[in-house]
Amino acid sequence: MSDFPDVQLHIVTGKGGTGKSTVAASLALALAARGKTVLLCEVEGRQGLAQLFDVPPLPYEERLLAKATEHGHGDVYALAIDAEAALLEYLAMYYRLGRAGKALDRFGVIDFATTIAPGVRDVLLTGKVYEAAQRNSRNKNARRYDALVLDAPPTGRIAQFLNVNNELAGLARMGPIKSQADTVMTLLKSPRSAVHLVTVLEEMPVQETVDGVRELREAGLPVGGVVVNLVRPQDLDEQARADLLAGSVDEAALAKALGEAGIDATPGLVEVLVSEGRDHAERRRLEDSQRTLVEAIGVPTYELPQLAGGVDLGGLYELAESLCAQGLA
Amino acid sequence: MPTRSNPRVGPMTATHAPMPRLDVDALLDDPRRRIIVCCGSGGVGKTTTAASLALRAAERGRKVVVLTIDPARRLAQSMGIEALDNTPRPVPGVSTGSTAGEGGSLDAMMLDMKRTFDEVVESQASPEKAQQILNNPFYVAVSSSFAGTQEYMAMEKLGQLDKDARASGRWDLIVVDTPPSRSALDFLDAPERLSSFLDGRFMRLLLAPARGPARLMTAGFNLVTKAVTTIIGGQVLSDMQAFVSAFDTLFGGFRQRAQRTFELLQAAGTSFVVVAAPEPDALREAAYFVERLSEEQMPLAGLVVNRVSVQPPVDLSAAAAMSGYEKLRDSSDDASRMAAGLLRLHADRRLIVERETRLRDRFARAHPDVATVVLPALPTDVHDLDGLRRIGELLGA
Repeated sequence: MSDFPDVQLHIVTGKGGTGKSTVAASLALALAARGKTVLLCEVEGRQGLAQLFDVPPLPYEERLLAKATEHGHGDVYALAIDAEAALLEYLAMYYRLGRAGKALDRFGVIDFATTIAPGVRDVLLTGKVYEAAQRNSRNKNARRYDALVLDAPPTGRIAQFLNVNNELAGLARMGPIKSQADTVMTLLKSPRSAVHLVTVLEEMPVQETVDGVRELREAGLPVGGVVVNLVRPQDLDEQARADLLAGSVDEAALAKALGEAGIDATPGLVEVLVSEGRDHAERRRLEDSQRTLVEAIGVPTYELPQLAGGVDLGGLYELAESLCAQGLA
Repeated sequence: MPTRSNPRVGPMTATHAPMPRLDVDALLDDPRRRIIVCCGSGGVGKTTTAASLALRAAERGRKVVVLTIDPARRLAQSMGIEALDNTPRPVPGVSTGSTAGEGGSLDAMMLDMKRTFDEVVESQASPEKAQQILNNPFYVAVSSSFAGTQEYMAMEKLGQLDKDARASGRWDLIVVDTPPSRSALDFLDAPERLSSFLDGRFMRLLLAPARGPARLMTAGFNLVTKAVTTIIGGQVLSDMQAFVSAFDTLFGGFRQRAQRTFELLQAAGTSFVVVAAPEPDALREAAYFVERLSEEQMPLAGLVVNRVSVQPPVDLSAAAAMSGYEKLRDSSDDASRMAAGLLRLHADRRLIVERETRLRDRFARAHPDVATVVLPALPTDVHDLDGLRRIGELLGA
């Protein structure tokens, strides 16, 4: 069963290069496999989801991304949130600005608000996520979702991004943007949300994850789980790795075993395999020390394997299955 | 922006010539080379590459300063720059005793974005006016969180270091790391973005009531201020107006500085080193960047592909290794299980090498002139000078 049955909004962050978008996409598929209708959102304007799912660039519009064929599975929709479009939509929904709306654009205000005014951009992006999570009568005939997955900005910026209130505090102490931020914060800080952090078992990403969790907790934002991605194959057991590191591998026995499997075990081949094994054992030793740090964070952890052929559509489904089995979804 | 906004720049057909090799040592040794900028998308090892290049240059006799943006804690400690104080300091343990290293030195610093911004304000305005700006809530927000401030300030600092280097002769080579932004292009776009903000229509509008001819625009302005007040609140608007009128006299200075730094990047003594990992996203970013540099007529030294898996020197294929693995995986004796595990590793490695090679070939086909150096993945992380030196040797080898 899922470790997060009450969470509606799953926010996925991670250091660059750790596979945050891959994990967000897999999580969306996994939640759909649990029977939920899911909206997968991206906010960084880089069309990572379109690339993962091999579809044309996503517009600012909810698009069907993966349709379920199995009975009891839900569909996955995707939305690329863009701050300018979100602002115009927000103005249209709440203010019916008409002529002033056009003037805003002409005088560069839209550009100003979405690229320069600090914090405003983040309020608009999280505000749209909030709108999708909490559909009301203003957005007529809009689809309602059981779950949302947000492919969020990287770990180094996540607490700042989500803590929109704080970001605006020095700036807007009152007014509609401020109250919008307050409403969004109520959802983000509630048990209906969870922030999952993606890392790999290397020093810097793990350090950033530990720091990120601390910052999220300080901001009162709910930390979900840590997803350890790109985990190397686990076939060599502890004894085998110890022998490889100590240089005490019985090469004759190894050659014999290889021969039995129909492989021409020349001394050159055995030497290469043993040296690959030693590098691997050394990496694994480092990974184990990093894993201890990840476990010390005290939240559920999930591990996803490195897919040697790279992540393609089939790979996403494999990862989704693994996330279901481990209980993130 | 990762989606392509500019046309593709490059040849129209593929060439099959081997990739030219980036001669790192020639790059570092050339006395005319004064600036090396390392760029690339986040998580590809830019900081480590910049630090390794700087160390290698110093130990080959250059007087180097390296500007890092956000180094790993242990790496920063080992370079003696864990204090974020915006001041270059000598890196302990650099070996310049040999003949090759004679006269060389290495200083390092970590960028303090807010302090750099403050210093620019202080250097441009009278003390009273500077204080007025530094205390303005809008300034505080812009200087600490405006997307792009870090990129702009990295450039500003580079300009300062260059001026300092020319005046004092303390350094003859500056190596710059760039901020960990999603897109490598942000670094080049930041000055333009900041100056278009400072020079933007909206900013001018905020100044309008104070100036004569612009009064003609008042009707439109009232409409806009009303809308802005409705959305973000009147107090923000008045903070902004106070900021803009205090900042007004500094605009020109900022623009000039940004322009000068941009020219510095186009100068003959500057070289860009693009860093990428052998992954589709990182190589795509690298391609955008390479094309952009050629459009801006900025000198590209070459590409460093980091963490590349190396082809094992035996010809056991992935398929053969996997089939051996399948046969042995359920065995009970230790030797067979170890053989199974090793075969699996070997098969994975072959597949990874194949995939990375395909990706690199694609890049090379589309960008045949880009000199490239490939860094093999190391089994351990780099966090001290020995590690940096090792990377430097691999880069120079």
